[in-house]
Amino acid sequence: MSPAEFVSPLATQETDVLIIGAGPVGLFAVFELGLLGLKARLIDTLDRPGGQCAELYPEKPIYDIPGLPSVSGQELTDRLMQQAAPFEPDFRFSQRVEHLSKRPDGRFQIVTDAGEVHVAPVVFIAAGAGSFTPRKPKIDGLAPYEGKSLFYAVRSRADFEGRDLVITGGGDSALDWTLDLLPDVNSLTLVHRRDKFRAAPHSVAAMEQVVADGRMNFVLGELDSLTGENGELTAVTIRNKDETTAIPADRLLTFFGLNIELGPIAEWSLDLEDGKQIRVDTEKFQTSTPGIFAIGDINWYPGKLKLILSGFHEGALAAQEAFRIARPDEKLRFQYTTSSSELQKRLKVA
Amino acid sequence: MAHFHVTSRAGEAQTLEGVDGWRLMELLRDHKMGIEGICGGQADCASCHIHVDPAWAGRLPEPREEEEDKLDELPSVTETSRLSCQIIWGEELDGLTLTVAPD
Repeated sequence: MSPAEFVSPLATQETDVLIIGAGPVGLFAVFELGLLGLKARLIDTLDRPGGQCAELYPEKPIYDIPGLPSVSGQELTDRLMQQAAPFEPDFRFSQRVEHLSKRPDGRFQIVTDAGEVHVAPVVFIAAGAGSFTPRKPKIDGLAPYEGKSLFYAVRSRADFEGRDLVITGGGDSALDWTLDLLPDVNSLTLVHRRDKFRAAPHSVAAMEQVVADGRMNFVLGELDSLTGENGELTAVTIRNKDETTAIPADRLLTFFGLNIELGPIAEWSLDLEDGKQIRVDTEKFQTSTPGIFAIGDINWYPGKLKLILSGFHEGALAAQEAFRIARPDEKLRFQYTTSSSELQKRLKVA
Repeated sequence: MAHFHVTSRAGEAQTLEGVDGWRLMELLRDHKMGIEGICGGQADCASCHIHVDPAWAGRLPEPREEEEDKLDELPSVTETSRLSCQIIWGEELDGLTLTVAPD
């Protein structure tokens, strides 16, 4: 790699508008900003666009999108991506925004958990209900083990090589990783609350076969407690009704799906409603900090409805003010896509 | 009027009024019992997990496969765990007793 190609993880990357959240509302904001000639960069904790629509209900039909009598969460995402495409949005997936601060030059700086630094005069928070994070087991004293011998996802296979591994959960992730890591580990025990699995039938059949072959164990029950010292696990205790069993183990992987939490947004000194939603005005959808806007499910104002269509409207209005901030020397011209050759050029249709 | 008894995550007991045809999740959310119901009641987000009093568990309609599947993803699942969005309120539930599960 030549020095010119090397991008330091801490290099500052500039754009017009930073959008936190790549759900439907963040994606449509790209379109509205793009019509005004503003570039956007979106950052999302998930590994793909669509937010809740793609993560929670990709296949379920949505019936209240104007002009689309029935559209699935995934199809809506795909169409919004297509609509935003002419404006070449820049995506940063699998990253969570940790810090948001104002710089001496008046612009905002955000730092992600991957160490990236982004700078822009305007920030749109389109974070829905917050960020998706792995659900943790509800047992005490997990902290010392986390990242050492207890994991909520597989970041590096090397963490499990030659280990005595316990995996909990009954979904696809639990089964897929069980089969995937089995050749690497010294021993493997899968724990689930019932003997039925939600995972794909071929994965379930493959797992049942390796259990029958004696290559791994299946235990019915739930996590009860962990045993170990200084974050090094030595055993995992499983409870099934009134019976407990201790399984010797030095690694534990739990797959309890994803939870949604407000996360670091709560620490950005923005006025909140009920500690969960960001207060905005209904003219610009600006927060208590000028230059920071909140659109979609994350915001609150009198009469707020958590509907995708409300978020579209909010993004369109916020984009107007974003233009005034990002282009203080230019005049904002109101135009329609049907008649403006300038807009049609930006849309790459003229 | 039919009522139900809820114990919050903080351990406080309350008696709330039911509304015919509402999802239990919606009733709990309306009374700010710490239930989010992010997906709106389609058993997709599992943010409305409750533990039903064992005396009541058998009197509720059986969970559908979709609900069981989603419960598989949760920690702190007990024999009487339910997603409250899958329980529709009716007079026959008068006296229902439940605890909001840890989030």
